[in-house]
Amino acid sequence: MKVRKITFKVLYHLFVVTFGIVMIYPVLWMISGSFKDNAEILRGTLSLIPEVPKLSNYSTGWSGFAGITFGTFFKNSLLITTVATLGTVLSSSLVAYALSRIRFKGRKFWFTCMLATMMLPGQVIMIPSYLIWYNLGLSNSYVPLILPYFCGQAFFIYQMMQFMAGIPRELDEAATIDGCSRYTIYTHIILPLLKPSIVTTIIIQFYWKWDDYMGPLLYLSKPQSYTASLAVKMFADAATTTDFGAMFAMSTLSLIPVFLIFLFFNRYLVEGIGTSGLKG
Amino acid sequence: MKDTTTIGFGTKVRKFFYNDNTVGHVFAAPFIFGFICFSLIPILTSFYYAFTDFSMGSKEVTPVGLKNFAALLTDETFMKSLGVTLKYVFISVPMKLAFALFVAFLLTRKSKMVTLYRSLYYVPSLVGGSVAVALVWKQLFARRGLFNMVMKDMGLDTINWFGDQGLALFPLILMSVWQFGSSMIIFAAGLKEIPTTYYEAAEIDGANGLQKFIKITLPCLSPIVLYNLVMQTISAFMAFTQAFIITKGGPNNATMMYALYVYKQAFDYNNMGYACAMSWFMLMVMSIITLIIFKSSKMWVFSEAGD
Repeated sequence: MKVRKITFKVLYHLFVVTFGIVMIYPVLWMISGSFKDNAEILRGTLSLIPEVPKLSNYSTGWSGFAGITFGTFFKNSLLITTVATLGTVLSSSLVAYALSRIRFKGRKFWFTCMLATMMLPGQVIMIPSYLIWYNLGLSNSYVPLILPYFCGQAFFIYQMMQFMAGIPRELDEAATIDGCSRYTIYTHIILPLLKPSIVTTIIIQFYWKWDDYMGPLLYLSKPQSYTASLAVKMFADAATTTDFGAMFAMSTLSLIPVFLIFLFFNRYLVEGIGTSGLKG
Repeated sequence: MKDTTTIGFGTKVRKFFYNDNTVGHVFAAPFIFGFICFSLIPILTSFYYAFTDFSMGSKEVTPVGLKNFAALLTDETFMKSLGVTLKYVFISVPMKLAFALFVAFLLTRKSKMVTLYRSLYYVPSLVGGSVAVALVWKQLFARRGLFNMVMKDMGLDTINWFGDQGLALFPLILMSVWQFGSSMIIFAAGLKEIPTTYYEAAEIDGANGLQKFIKITLPCLSPIVLYNLVMQTISAFMAFTQAFIITKGGPNNATMMYALYVYKQAFDYNNMGYACAMSWFMLMVMSIITLIIFKSSKMWVFSEAGD
């Protein structure tokens, strides 16, 4: 009986790990591809170990296009992503607090609007938004990519509201008796307790924004303001043959920030989506 | 006692600022501003443009009535893109949810490794939306790509994935299913909420694993299935980046996803009015499908009494 149990356990772990590796194989293949030369990549090999590992893909890739190195592209991505993520956290938590805790006129109405924006496909507003920014003379700047994130993101407002529903209202009441106002309750009670939900928001918004392609595609036309995702795509657009090694090298680098954030906060993510995701 | 009138005014101001109505609006202000500027105004503008022949740089905008919508019905590419998108949604979403549920179920065992495994299985979702992975995917399904190599090793014929109209959508569907991570985590959280007493009671009654899954797990999980179904359906309708990078809509529009076609009409062909009409049509299709899901959910979503 015991032997059977152990065999089952071993088989289970073996299966889960093997299957998991199959799942991330494309990513591993990309990383190994960044050390291979073009001929080897095009030959279509399954192997993850390069025949002759070489680092030159990274230096050729890094040199970028038209004299602009990937340093610039990464700096741009980092700026847009960090500011937009901070904006999302700050504004979404404010709005979530209002909608979940404070009884004001029009609360139901704005809550419905929030749910509606969550379900609204971006394409419906893509064209007029572009035209509005264009007419304001801002279509070639970072403003359209950042400013809307300071107005609360419906998806995260909803997540935070779910989480706040789990923070006992007695805490608010006790704080009120101790002389806290609605404002100080937000800063002293809600915000600190909201931490798991905030961390989840940071991770998800960070990688959504970092990976975002359509936004930069619409709004950034000067190569010096390109983000990493636009720049990586330029390898595939090259008029001559694609330098696959360099493309994979820069692709790999472009995923590092996402991985770092994930590794750093990973515990919170798996638990965070779980607890703040939804109840009932 | 000091000057009573200023104190009176001061308290009035204080009262105003600490009034729930004011506080609520102060905290909700970012959303109210954003909703009006970045959602409402664009929506209304888009609605107006849908009935005009507007294009970038045109001096005057002429209302054309329903002409754009009539043109949609005779636009072959549009009809094809509608079909392709529906096919993509109807195949990828159920497969993704089934797969997510399977993996979530697989990872419910009590083991220290489970958290690590969940992270491992989340990686595709983490990176899947990026340009980097889309480019890798393109290479995996290339003529001499990894996929064909595996098939060759198994003694099968290699396939020209992106050259065959009937097959080109398959790599895109597979890529969407591959990003099952967030649905999986939400399912996993739901599985944890199911009281173990339910299973114990069923075991006493002699239920087997499959019966327990069908009679206990699925009904208890049904509200979460609904949530995932709605969210994934909406995001599948909006799929853009993958098609844009991997296939550019080809071959012969076999992967011309709706969002991609809207983009092309607007920014490649500069038919802004037409593109707006198209996105409104898409919104209607999506609303109908979401509504059907919600209406039908009354029949299959199990809610606990008194909840």
